[in-house]
Amino acid sequence: MTTMDMTPVVKGGGGPELNKRRRVYKPNTKHVPILATLLLLVIMYSAGAANYRNFDDPSVIVNLFRDNAVLLVVAVGMTFVILTGGIDLSVGAVISLTTTLTATLLQGGWPPLVVLPAVLLLGALIGAGQGAVIHFFKVEPFIATLAGLFLARGLALFINQHSIPIRDKVWTAISDYRIELPIGEDGVVTKPIAIVAVLAVLIAAAVLAWTRFGRNVYAIGGNADSALLMGLPVGRTKIAVYTISGFCAALGGVLFSINSTSGWALQGNGLELDAIAACVIGGVLLTGGSGFVWGTLLGVLVSGLIRTIINFDGGLNSAWARIIIGVLLFAFIVMQRIVTRKAK
Amino acid sequence: MTILKNRLFWPSLILAILLGINMFTSQQFLMIQDGHLFGTLIDILRGSAPLILVALGMTLVIATGGIDLSVGSVMAISGAVACLLISELGDQNSVGSVLLIIGIAIGASLLLGLWNGVLVAAVGIQPIIATLILMVAGRGVAQLITEGQIINVRSEPYATLGSGFFLAVPVAFLIAAAAVVLTILLTRRTALGLLLESVGGSPTASRLAGIGARRITIMVYVVAGGLAGLAGLIYSANIRSADSISAGSLIELDAILAVVIGGTALIGGRFSVAGTVLGAILIQTLTVTVVAIDIRPEANLLFKAVVVVALCLSQSPDFRAKVFGRFKSRPAAREVAAA
Amino acid sequence: MGEQPPVLEMTGIRKVFPGVVALDGVDFRLFPGEIHALMGENGAGKSTLIKTLTGVYEIDGGEIKLGGAPVRISGPLQAQQAGVSTVYQEVNLCTNLSVAENIFIGREPRKFGKIQWGKMRRRAAELLARLELDLDVSAPLDTYSLAIQQMVAIARAVDIEARVLILDEPTSSLDASEVEQLFRVMRRLKESGVAILFVSHFLDQIYEISDRLTVLRNGQLIGEHKIEELSQVQLVEKMIGKELAALEDLEDKAQSNRERAAGAQPVLEAKGLGRTGAIAPYDLTIHEGEVVGLAGLLGSGRTELARLLFGADKPDQGELKVAGKPVNLRSPQVAMKHGIAFSSENRRTEGIIGDLSVRENIILALQASRGWTRPIPRKKQDEIVDKYIKALQIRPADPERPVRNLSGGNQQKVLLARWLITEPKLLIIDEPTRGIDVGAKAEIQKLVAELSDGGMAVLFVSAELEEVLRLSHQILVLRDRRLVEKLENTADVDADRIMQTIASGATS
Repeated sequence: MTTMDMTPVVKGGGGPELNKRRRVYKPNTKHVPILATLLLLVIMYSAGAANYRNFDDPSVIVNLFRDNAVLLVVAVGMTFVILTGGIDLSVGAVISLTTTLTATLLQGGWPPLVVLPAVLLLGALIGAGQGAVIHFFKVEPFIATLAGLFLARGLALFINQHSIPIRDKVWTAISDYRIELPIGEDGVVTKPIAIVAVLAVLIAAAVLAWTRFGRNVYAIGGNADSALLMGLPVGRTKIAVYTISGFCAALGGVLFSINSTSGWALQGNGLELDAIAACVIGGVLLTGGSGFVWGTLLGVLVSGLIRTIINFDGGLNSAWARIIIGVLLFAFIVMQRIVTRKAK
Repeated sequence: MTILKNRLFWPSLILAILLGINMFTSQQFLMIQDGHLFGTLIDILRGSAPLILVALGMTLVIATGGIDLSVGSVMAISGAVACLLISELGDQNSVGSVLLIIGIAIGASLLLGLWNGVLVAAVGIQPIIATLILMVAGRGVAQLITEGQIINVRSEPYATLGSGFFLAVPVAFLIAAAAVVLTILLTRRTALGLLLESVGGSPTASRLAGIGARRITIMVYVVAGGLAGLAGLIYSANIRSADSISAGSLIELDAILAVVIGGTALIGGRFSVAGTVLGAILIQTLTVTVVAIDIRPEANLLFKAVVVVALCLSQSPDFRAKVFGRFKSRPAAREVAAA
Repeated sequence: MGEQPPVLEMTGIRKVFPGVVALDGVDFRLFPGEIHALMGENGAGKSTLIKTLTGVYEIDGGEIKLGGAPVRISGPLQAQQAGVSTVYQEVNLCTNLSVAENIFIGREPRKFGKIQWGKMRRRAAELLARLELDLDVSAPLDTYSLAIQQMVAIARAVDIEARVLILDEPTSSLDASEVEQLFRVMRRLKESGVAILFVSHFLDQIYEISDRLTVLRNGQLIGEHKIEELSQVQLVEKMIGKELAALEDLEDKAQSNRERAAGAQPVLEAKGLGRTGAIAPYDLTIHEGEVVGLAGLLGSGRTELARLLFGADKPDQGELKVAGKPVNLRSPQVAMKHGIAFSSENRRTEGIIGDLSVRENIILALQASRGWTRPIPRKKQDEIVDKYIKALQIRPADPERPVRNLSGGNQQKVLLARWLITEPKLLIIDEPTRGIDVGAKAEIQKLVAELSDGGMAVLFVSAELEEVLRLSHQILVLRDRRLVEKLENTADVDADRIMQTIASGATS
């Protein structure tokens, strides 16, 4: 049998010389979305500073972290999930469950040092459960976490549909605690929750860049089948990212309860969308395998800054925040599309 | 044994049980009063109309391998447009004007669907992301239209859409039924259904078979937008006001759920309109039942979660394999026949 | 070699898929320090055997012994840990990660849990240098060509201290020098005592590198031989059995057929048609009843040439006439309107729609050309489909069965039926006989000859020279994405003549 492919010649792919030339611009494409988001952030900030009095006060930026601490923590967890190519719709509901449960338990006189780990563990368990269903039973992440959403919010409403005040000493003490940062002339005051959120970002960034687990997350998002054939623990990693996301959501819930010294089952409604939007604006590809926690951080700051500007302006309808985020989503998605197309 | 393997067996069984519970617990399951049908069953049918409409559009979109997250926002916009225009009418009871306004609202919804369709099919953005844009921004637009207020209307012709009766049957249900029949005719009496399934099954192969996949894809998003708009009108007519915050809130999730319960796979391809209708009615029945059997209404979501989990697991081949051990081979086994 | 105990011993391996016995009591041995070729036609069970060894499938019967001890391989990770590494036919790496990561992922050098990126890059560069590759190891893998990606995959497999290395068609995307490079690496590994299982469709490569080979056919073991004890002809006989005869009678038919083309009207004329980066501008005329064969290596541009004629890709230069009139084939739809049909080489991704039934797959193109508003009546569909199932002998003859469950050959027939019912003037078929059994191959070749007898123009792309020679009136030879020669298929044209052109690129 004379097969013509006996000595195949690969052309167009190119040898090493060609490849070297090609990769001059390539590594940048990964960073383009992040740089664009950063640029946008700078422009928005400058525009705000030019138009509104006191907008350039350092506290504006510091307060961004305080006001968006919950979103930031949740979005960090979401980043892990999206990097594997999944999605977690349950985070908002997990927040409502945690705040309700925290408030109820504290009201029932449970010691705070028991309540805190208990609710965090619960969040992680819900996440792990979803991950297990997704991995073992091959249920779509969308559907599995939708079930998680119903379950968590249902449980929260079942426990109590009303807002429950928290009077626990530890909780109120943390809530009232202020940290002074040596920024600017007079220093800037912020709350512990902002510090927690920043820590979450730092830890996540380190995990993703420097640990095997972190790289496995990227590998799975790039090509799950290949990852499996390369002997990577795909199932374990998948379950782990949903566990992390559940944990982050629970942490977000705790921050919520600290910030508002109350728990409410309607808290965090729709937050999953804001988190996903922040990831996308920050350049995390929803198909998985590409993106950085730093990008997510920028995405959160952008959406926070939009709200800040609307607050400063006073005359704008708050509905504009949603519309502008929608427009940004559009712009960034189209940009990602163009960049990835070029790369091909 | 074959009936047990039918994908719709379990959903049907659950629906039957729920309806059974309702029959026993409610004194007024189905009766005639003032020349209208009346009772829990009718409540279910009427209440499920918006979900059926939205889920119908969702079925077609999912059949092409897409998804439409924006349906809730489209509902909100369509209701807001209609109520705003009606509230500005001199005579809110003018049938002609109301019909015109309904037309405008649906036209707007079709345009929103077109936007989604163009993003997906022409620009080539992943459907879940493309429709996320309108999902986020659309509700903002609805809030802008209503200026953050709830617009109340006192228009009888408009209210008929939500709470009226025609020949003793709720108008809302008739509209939904008509949409279902039309969709079935449209997909199964023409070649549209086949082409949809083909595009959902393999877009590349479809293009090379000469199918205008782009036009078909755009069309289903337009249809989904229009149906969502209609659902938004029924919703707002029922409460006689436009509520841009809660109109259609989370309905995309219910609609997707209805489609999945109905046996249409989220990856596209084969779809079942009848299955979707069954799914939508099941979800609505669940809501009504929870109220009827006097469980706290908050438990509704819990029940939904249980049903979702049970159904998804029962439809997951891997779950069946692992739990019942009926099939021994791994998922990759399917592709082997050709390998 | 024989004195040492085998490092891998598989006995009585059985694997059953719904409706198919993929492996039926197969034995396989692998000794340390040997290169062992696993041979067989498509569907013989090679891939399945490999996948049972790498833990992708679990075996339904039999025993696997590694180093004399029975093992149960339940997943790729366990396989690797047991010392079995694999490089697959399609590169199975994560192209979004860097070269270095692709080599080391899962085994990254760490200190206190933190990945040592610098060390990892250094080691990756060293390893690649041993394979004579000079790459930027921190660049994402998708910046490199498939061939390079393949070598990276091998580097990864080599670095895992493998006792058994499985190379599943690693050479299919490598050029001659890269194959040499790979063989050097294989020989070095062999000397160090690694047992290599090698799968390739290229017989010359098998004879160049292997020490021993095992032949499978239809899921059964045909035999294990030392390479020097089996000639190429004997090997081919063992691989395909006695079905060769089916192809014989076609030869004469095509001979007589060749004279038919003269005087016929041109169906399609291309002038300077080309697409940058895909295929250099070419001229081509196809007449009624003429079979034009495209010969060339994989990647020579034969598929790219064909796709331009169907509007599957858009040309960026040149002009095209169909039936004497200039046309612009913007899309497959437009091409179909002009009576052109195209069956892609990628049967599973660009051909069949697996979920749909045989019936639906067959009527798809015809339905698409009618538009969705004018459905083909069900009765008419059944008539057409029944006719073609009979005419092409599609098995099983069940129009409602999902096409996914058919064998490759039958799927190919379904695709042919899809295009034949549109009654095209020009049928373009890209590799219709690839990966299907010999019987179906002969039937498809016969069909092409019959169609051309009936006046249809056919553009026939195939990797098998004999097939092209047997069927074509005119043969176009491609090389390096350029049409280098047009040959009338006369008696003095033979495989060697074409091979020469392909090898040298000379235009006569």
